[in-house]
Amino acid sequence: MAEPESSTAAAGAGGSRLRNAFGGVLCAFTLLLIGVLAFSIRLFSVIKYESVIHEFDPYFNYRVTQFLSKNGIYEFWNWFDDRTWYPLGRVIGGTVYPGLTLTAGTIWWFVNSLNIPLSVETVCVFTAPIFSANASWATYLLTKEAKGTGAGLMAAAILAMVPSYISRSVAGSYDNEAVAIFALIFTFYLYVKTLNTGSLFYATLNALSYFYMVCSWGGYTFIINLIPMHVLLCIVTGRYSSRLYIAYAPLVILGTLLAALVPVVGFNAVMTSEHFASFLVFIILHVVALVYYIKGLLTPRLFKVAMTLVISVGLAVCFAVVAILVALVASSPTKGWSGRSLSLLDPTYASKYIPIIASVSEHQPPTWPSYFMDINVLAFLVPAGIISCFLPLSDASSFVVLYLVTAVYFSGVMVRLMLVLAPAACILSGIALSEAFNVLTRSIKCQLAKLFDDSPAASGDSSAESSSASTASANSAKNENRSEKNETAPKEKPSKKNRKKEKEVTESVPAKHKKEKKLLVLPMEASVMGILLLIVLGGFYVVHCVWAAAEAYSAPSIVLTSRSREGLHVFDDFREAYAWLSHNTDVDDKVASWWDYGYQTTAMANRTVIVDNNTWNNTHIATVGTAMSSPEKAAWEIFNSLDVKYVLVVFGGLVGYPSDDINKFLWMVRIGGGVFPHIKEPDYLRDGNYRVDAQATPTMLNCLMYKLCYYRFVETDGKGFDRVRGYEIGKKHFKLTHFEEVFTTHHWMVRIYKLKPQKNRVRGKLKKLKSGSKTSSTIAAGRKKNPWQ
Amino acid sequence: MATQPPPPRRVAALLLVLVAFASASASDSAARADLVVTRADRRVDLTSHIVRVLTSLKVENIGPEAVSQVLLAFPNVQAKNLAAIRAFGTEGKVKGPSTALPIEVVQPSGVPPELTFFSASLSKALEKGKTLHLDVLTVFTHSLQPFPEEITQAESQLVVYQDSAHYLSPYPVKVQTLSIRLPGGRVESYTKYPNTKLAESELKYGPFEDRPPFSYSPMVVHFENNNPFAVAKEVIREIEISHWGNVQITEHYNIAHGGAKLKGEFSRIDYQSRPYVRGVSSFRHLIARLPPRAHSIYYRDEIGNISTSHLWSDSKKTQLEVEPRFPLFGGWQTTFTIGYGLPLQDFVFNSDGKRFLNITFGSPVEEILIENLIVKVALPEGSKDIEVSVPFPVKQWQEVKYSHLDISGRPVVVLEKPDVIPEHNLYFQVHYRFNNISLLREPMMLITGFFLLFIACIVYMRTDLSISKNSPSYLAKVQWDEVQNIIQQIQAIFEQCLALHDKLEASLRDLSRSGDVQSCKAARKAADAQFKELAKELKPLLTSLHSSPQSFQIWPKVEDLVAKERELQEKLMARHSTVVDSFEKKLRGQDVENRIATQQQKVAALRQEVESLLEYISEII
Repeated sequence: MAEPESSTAAAGAGGSRLRNAFGGVLCAFTLLLIGVLAFSIRLFSVIKYESVIHEFDPYFNYRVTQFLSKNGIYEFWNWFDDRTWYPLGRVIGGTVYPGLTLTAGTIWWFVNSLNIPLSVETVCVFTAPIFSANASWATYLLTKEAKGTGAGLMAAAILAMVPSYISRSVAGSYDNEAVAIFALIFTFYLYVKTLNTGSLFYATLNALSYFYMVCSWGGYTFIINLIPMHVLLCIVTGRYSSRLYIAYAPLVILGTLLAALVPVVGFNAVMTSEHFASFLVFIILHVVALVYYIKGLLTPRLFKVAMTLVISVGLAVCFAVVAILVALVASSPTKGWSGRSLSLLDPTYASKYIPIIASVSEHQPPTWPSYFMDINVLAFLVPAGIISCFLPLSDASSFVVLYLVTAVYFSGVMVRLMLVLAPAACILSGIALSEAFNVLTRSIKCQLAKLFDDSPAASGDSSAESSSASTASANSAKNENRSEKNETAPKEKPSKKNRKKEKEVTESVPAKHKKEKKLLVLPMEASVMGILLLIVLGGFYVVHCVWAAAEAYSAPSIVLTSRSREGLHVFDDFREAYAWLSHNTDVDDKVASWWDYGYQTTAMANRTVIVDNNTWNNTHIATVGTAMSSPEKAAWEIFNSLDVKYVLVVFGGLVGYPSDDINKFLWMVRIGGGVFPHIKEPDYLRDGNYRVDAQATPTMLNCLMYKLCYYRFVETDGKGFDRVRGYEIGKKHFKLTHFEEVFTTHHWMVRIYKLKPQKNRVRGKLKKLKSGSKTSSTIAAGRKKNPWQ
Repeated sequence: MATQPPPPRRVAALLLVLVAFASASASDSAARADLVVTRADRRVDLTSHIVRVLTSLKVENIGPEAVSQVLLAFPNVQAKNLAAIRAFGTEGKVKGPSTALPIEVVQPSGVPPELTFFSASLSKALEKGKTLHLDVLTVFTHSLQPFPEEITQAESQLVVYQDSAHYLSPYPVKVQTLSIRLPGGRVESYTKYPNTKLAESELKYGPFEDRPPFSYSPMVVHFENNNPFAVAKEVIREIEISHWGNVQITEHYNIAHGGAKLKGEFSRIDYQSRPYVRGVSSFRHLIARLPPRAHSIYYRDEIGNISTSHLWSDSKKTQLEVEPRFPLFGGWQTTFTIGYGLPLQDFVFNSDGKRFLNITFGSPVEEILIENLIVKVALPEGSKDIEVSVPFPVKQWQEVKYSHLDISGRPVVVLEKPDVIPEHNLYFQVHYRFNNISLLREPMMLITGFFLLFIACIVYMRTDLSISKNSPSYLAKVQWDEVQNIIQQIQAIFEQCLALHDKLEASLRDLSRSGDVQSCKAARKAADAQFKELAKELKPLLTSLHSSPQSFQIWPKVEDLVAKERELQEKLMARHSTVVDSFEKKLRGQDVENRIATQQQKVAALRQEVESLLEYISEII
């Protein structure tokens, strides 16, 4: 917010050069501070909790990084992980986006080669904050390209603390998004830079940066669709230029080649529909380039004739191309769009057809409050930013607007993509705030200048030559004008805030051509009030961001805390359970749990799991879901056939931990029932609800999940009161016949059971439950409670 | 339990053989030394899982020659578990100040191979007829065998202890007693001899009189012992000295419950509702007594901080209670790391030019048995002449460790010792030479590094790194710089022109106010002169700009600008003169307005154009 106010006193070439240097240093220092801010606001999780990897996916990334740092890059590419998806295993090297891992691995290697003994864990924990500092610098660069230095600084400061981004990049949140957002913004910056300069150097850098993005995150498809959209927009609005060609053509060619190098993408880079838009626009761009070339050669008359000729032929060719494309789409291995992409285009797609996608909380559409939570006041500033992007519209500002519009749509589809919206919102809000400050401070300055001008006149001095005061004011007015122009210019131009950076030597010549700007001059009081209000607004934003960083998003979710009268109470049950598993079971034992806990189990307990958070095999997950929703004996048989020795369930009923397995149970039933039809969701529902109280269905009360969660639970308080569901459980006293409790954590949040050894007489096959003649109609669950939040 | 003690039956059989042998060769060994044990009192402490036996002997020399060493015998099964043995001798009838005697393993000829002998060398040979008080402290590990070997959660742990009711000695023993202290609680069974008494938690055998050498009568006691059987499979204790003022200690534990294994379920509800009944054999915390002024204490394992720990500290000690993530039942194990910092001046001292570290060897955790302890002492980089003195035999070697910007690495002294018990918590010393100048090495390195970085930045900013001075792109750049320079000058000139225009306008305004025609004319004249001057200035710039190959883009605009400005100038002058004329003719304001109205419009339009051209040009640069 604190924009560097320049002193207008400096005059002369030498003075202004000094001022430039000072401005440059001040700008660099501001950027450094923004970087420090971005880094340190994300350290709340370390200060309030500890330096630990958060949540679920980061544990997998951490494990991969550990493997990389221990075994080297070649082993990493060839890593076949046999500790997960038992008995299938998983080819890690070919199915993981390696960007994050390689980045952290490189940092670790570099630091250790300097003999600074940082553990892999420390490096992983702090990768995200480091990259959010990078991201805010990239935002500065991108916004500077679009609207000048002032807006750049503003946008960088806003991005450094936008809650949406903080939620994914607090220290310990070691996930792909942490580096991907930096890569995303930086790729956009390089694209815009290339567009503004037409330099092939930046175009090459752009392709490399795109490659890094492809390495980092599946969200790279956003780039490879947004940039073609912008190119198309430029062509349609008649903004084609050779710079546009240089910005786009190398990106498509180099970028696609490089993307195909990443094992997880491979031939998808040319074979899936997500990438077709870029090739189509590539062709269109060449056609347009050809047209422009011919236009230069021919006279306008001849050109018109040629145009009609070409268009008639071209239409035919176009139809042919479209037909080929349609054929390609239909014949591509993924049958066109992948599930996740389809759910982007049709928000209801996933919940209709793919329960496993719908079951992930990140894939739900966001609610309105989450917009306010995640981007706060930016939501109100963005429209102003859009308006100022249209005054005047340049290639860069049109790109920013397009980015925002598409990101708003995608964030509306999937709450996870709010993350993509955040940088766009920050950039536009930065522009809006910067413009607003610009207008207001200029008005104040004009008013002040008028005061200075008027006072000598009022004293009766009617000399033609104005005094030095008027010179200064005129100078400042001129500077304002200039900076106003500069800001609208698409090029790298200093703005008013940092006009010390101006490269050209400004002679202090009185010039009073501010008449045309008279319209924008506001009254003194109004502008002062406006500035104060904007500062208050910014203050609210900062307060909200700090609150969000400290309270809402810093919990590592493997350690829970609650404040009570006696002080802080720590629930460290997950690690208790994983530590127990890791030390007191055999190293090759298989542990079955719902897939959420797969990554954590492999990373923290180092035990083989059946399914994990990489939900690539629906059938396998459905098998576990089926086992969990089957009666004890059937479940035992399923688990035994999978060689499972321990079953782990998460139970929050004793302490009131809401995201436990009973609340996730509907997804187990739904996913299991989707593959194994003998699991019928209505059997578990009473009045459209999943209930485990006295009204619960017998199927529900006899299923394995219920029994494992509530085994001997009634003995805690004599009633069996479940604090999450808020009622007493239905079946209180029962015995386990095929499982035995081997470990339950201190607060009962994790319970581990062992499969009892086989009896001497084995009946053999799993007895198929008789399926009723009724078709299992999917009844929409009345209570669509999302158990993931 | 890693090392499985032999099953009790075999031991008994072996000992029977031994006893038979012993009685046969009694005369033989008695001839070796004419010593007689006049009184032997043994006190066996079985309250924890480490067995401590304190034997007080009264030894008398009845032979003709002076004797300088006393032999102590142990059956091999016991000697295998012997972790420490210490002997203190006092000569004379009255117990005076005792001296520690050096002890070594000996292998006298003609003794049964089932026995291991230790010899305590006396500081002064025992004369004929003299008596010696000898206190022997022996500590055994793994001597309490859980029986049954597997218990359920609710059962308490029963262990078996085996020993001889008679003191096994190569010398005849006149009077002896044995008392065994039990932890209290249930005693399942014990071997009953005459003169056996069980009172409270103490089991007493004896007194027995006049036993020949090597007399052995096995006794077994089977009792309840629920004290924590904390056994560390391995402890790595890293001591890192920093001469900036800190001794950092990091201890990695791998702890197991060495008692009876848990069988069947572990039920949390049982454990929580009645922890001292349903979980009596488990232990949930360990206590570590850290040195005073320990700071920055942490307690974690490989998956993060462990939040269950308590710390009390006063000026004498720092007491840390660590609770593993889960209660340890029999056979369960866990790992954790404790780390803390200690003030340097408490542990590192100077002595004649050398420094030495003086710190305890073992782990600070109470009543813990460490099966393998590795102590690593990392000395600061640049330490020389390293010597180690440890009060007991250890395996020892050196390593090099790299940390915190080290170049040559820190010398690390590694000491390894199996079966470490609290009795080994003795001070040991590491002597080394270290120059304080070496302290500044790393800060200087950092300073130099950053200095070089900044120098490199400055050099990069100031030097021209283009490879060829003739390459077209370089030339183009140079020319472009020139063009920029010229354009800037041109801009400056035009700014001045515009300023002059403004001045003319101002003079007109003054005219309308004051009616001073002369001054107005003067202003016009001055402006005219200035315009000419500026035009003169502009000319060389324009020619050089025109000749520059890089200006093709900007030249037409500049040309346009010049033309427009000239036109504007003319119009302005014309208008100025019109206004002045009409003023002189004393025309009405309305008419003047009418006359110059068209001119006014044109001037405004031209002015607009000139300004937009200027802007355009400044944008291109």
